Amino acid sequence: MLEITNLVKRYGQNDPVLKGLDLKVDGSSVVSIVGASGAGKSTLLRCINRLVEPTSGSIKLNGNELVNLRGSELRHSRRRIGMVFQGFNLIDRLTVMENVLSGRLGYVSFFQALTRRFPQADINRAFHLMERVGIAHYADKRADQLSGGERQRVAVVRALMQEPEILLADEPTASLDPKTSQQIMSLLQRLASEMSLPVLINIHNVTQARMYTDRIVGMRHGQMIFDGAPKDFNQDALDAIYGGIESPDEDNGEPDTADDHTQGALV
Amino acid sequence: MVDQAAVLADRVWSRYSRKEQFIRYGVYLATLIAVVWALQDIDIFWPWVWDAPNQIQNLAVRMWPPAFNTWNEIFSAMLETVHIATLSTALTIFIALPVSYIAAQNTTPNKATLWLGRFILVSSRSVNTIIWALLFVAIFGPGVLAGILAVMFRSIGFIGKLMGEAIEEIDRRPVEAMQATGASKMKVVLYAIVPQVMPAFFAIIILRWDINIRESTVLGLVGAGGIGVLLQGSIDLFAWQTVATILLAIVVLVVLGESVTSALRKKVI
Amino acid sequence: MTDLKTAASGAPTRVWKKPPFIANPWIRYGLIVVTLSYLYWAFATLPFDWERIAEGLPRAGRIFGGAFPPSFERGGLLWTGFKESFQIAFLATLLGVSLSLPIAVMAARNVAPLPVYLLGRTLIIVSRSFHPVIVAILFVAAVGFGPLAGILTLTLYSIGFVAKLLAEEIEEIDWGQVEAMRSVGAGYLKMLIYGIFPQIMPRQIGLAMYQLDSNLRASAVVGIVGAGGIGGTLMNAFGRYDYDFAFAILLMIIGIILISEAISGWVRKKVW
Repeated sequence: MLEITNLVKRYGQNDPVLKGLDLKVDGSSVVSIVGASGAGKSTLLRCINRLVEPTSGSIKLNGNELVNLRGSELRHSRRRIGMVFQGFNLIDRLTVMENVLSGRLGYVSFFQALTRRFPQADINRAFHLMERVGIAHYADKRADQLSGGERQRVAVVRALMQEPEILLADEPTASLDPKTSQQIMSLLQRLASEMSLPVLINIHNVTQARMYTDRIVGMRHGQMIFDGAPKDFNQDALDAIYGGIESPDEDNGEPDTADDHTQGALV
Repeated sequence: MVDQAAVLADRVWSRYSRKEQFIRYGVYLATLIAVVWALQDIDIFWPWVWDAPNQIQNLAVRMWPPAFNTWNEIFSAMLETVHIATLSTALTIFIALPVSYIAAQNTTPNKATLWLGRFILVSSRSVNTIIWALLFVAIFGPGVLAGILAVMFRSIGFIGKLMGEAIEEIDRRPVEAMQATGASKMKVVLYAIVPQVMPAFFAIIILRWDINIRESTVLGLVGAGGIGVLLQGSIDLFAWQTVATILLAIVVLVVLGESVTSALRKKVI
Repeated sequence: MTDLKTAASGAPTRVWKKPPFIANPWIRYGLIVVTLSYLYWAFATLPFDWERIAEGLPRAGRIFGGAFPPSFERGGLLWTGFKESFQIAFLATLLGVSLSLPIAVMAARNVAPLPVYLLGRTLIIVSRSFHPVIVAILFVAAVGFGPLAGILTLTLYSIGFVAKLLAEEIEEIDWGQVEAMRSVGAGYLKMLIYGIFPQIMPRQIGLAMYQLDSNLRASAVVGIVGAGGIGGTLMNAFGRYDYDFAFAILLMIIGIILISEAISGWVRKKVW
């Protein structure tokens, strides 16, 4: 169970990007977070695995506080949180298998990581998951030779290799064509129910959010202004979230440039 | 999930195929053999190696503090160094431009001139400035002329090669347009080629001038003028504190040269 | 058509001049004056020894007369010299490139904390500030004549070049891959190995090959001031007026440089 209370994130002296956000996700539900670019969706996800440092507030995963962790404690909590990125963020020059196994980096020793001597159990798990999403025959291909949909599957498998307790997906379909993005969304939906894994998805495409998720959270200006079932997500909610900003139903949502890819200090 | 995986037999994955593995180990082995051979065969007296940090530290101690009593001598030698670099860069232009013209595939008159141009560029580039200096000192005696010629002969290859590439990369269409007006070859060059390569020309000259300043600081070590003469003299006399001053002066010169070139580059481009 | 013709012939003559390259006339003419007076000043103050220079042409004739045909008779000396040059270049490249990797990480602002970054930058600036020949003389003075001074010189030379470019490469990597590695819980070293090194690997190999090539060139030069290798042999041949032997060495140097340039270019293309 993920419990976020009164989360605030402020970059420098600017207006806070997240203004005291509360969110509770339990069980194996798939939750989509919708909102215009710059609403703070990406920052919210990155606060959860601390790629972005929250300014104040509390984030608890299964009862463990994440906000004040340092060093190896932080890394140990990160390996319990899988993340899928908009740009896939695969290691282009390594093979698919190495990318998948890199999901185990939080578990293996430095020597094992350096020499690629991963435990047999990890390799079995990798093959199994790759077969599950249909990329096992690419195991020895280089990651940059795959198509977008295939690369996102590799990224999903990498996240699942972590044996995560929760999966975060930051615009996982925004760089994909409509058909592939539907495949990825339904894959995430099925994996969530098979592995009873809570999944948090940032998404621009409201239609897909309605179709593939159990719950929709709407954000605007760093605040939560809608939280409910897809069937309750009506035109009013849509206007409240996107009103006067942009047309929400575009298939290829613009990437969140405002709060993406902040090169914070390394932990 | 995990149960399912346990049912499956262990599967093998290795990062490299057998052949790749073989090649990798081959490369490692070859490198290792080369290292062992080089270390065993090379004429090094190993106790000196272990003593090297001490010796270097010793030298550094002897250099401290830098002696500034000969600063005016150093200053005029520095000026000489700058003159060598500037004059040789300026003079090189007159030789390098025709050479680049015949060494560029799209402007060279015929096959023979193309190969002549390429031969000039390659021989100029493969001989280092210091070695050119050695040759010119033997011919014209020690002094700045040998230095200027040495820097020039090395720069011809550099400027000529880069200019040749710039000429080869021009847009063909203006050339055709000028030819269509019935212009002679030289006029085509003047109107269609020169304007296109102008920015590259300035960038290359500025870059080479910067390099030539660095090169000119060492010419004196073989007697071809500039600050190097003073440096060699002070080393021969074990005047290490003067050596330190000269080294400082060189650093200042190089930094000045770099800031001048970056300012010029901003002005021109 | 006729209109145009009459217009051209009948109209009063109009003046057109190419606009000058530098618009401000003061700067334009000032620049010319400055250039001319610089040339005058430079030529007037440079100490040319005209008598000695006048001897140059007959001397050049003697030198080139003596240089032809180049003599490869002392093949043993030639072989030892080149072998030593190659050993110096090879060991210095290996040492320099392997030291460059940690220094490059230190000198990349996006992966190194500020104090480490400043230290890394300083190391690079120090190893870049002097021409290798000057570094070579200092090492010869410190550790004596021979290849050790050459190896030390070229190691420093390699660090200055390879570490600088590698650090710039690290600063330009795709940050998403690093972010992904942090999100799986990898520590700093694992992040380096998975998130950064694969991205800079082709550049690293390319630079190493390039550096081997340029160290081979430089090793011929540092020998002139006593740091081992073929340069010393060349210097001696010039000193003893053995121009035929010197010319043979020069030809060999050119040949070897061309071959090594071709090989390093080929490897760099392969790796990409």
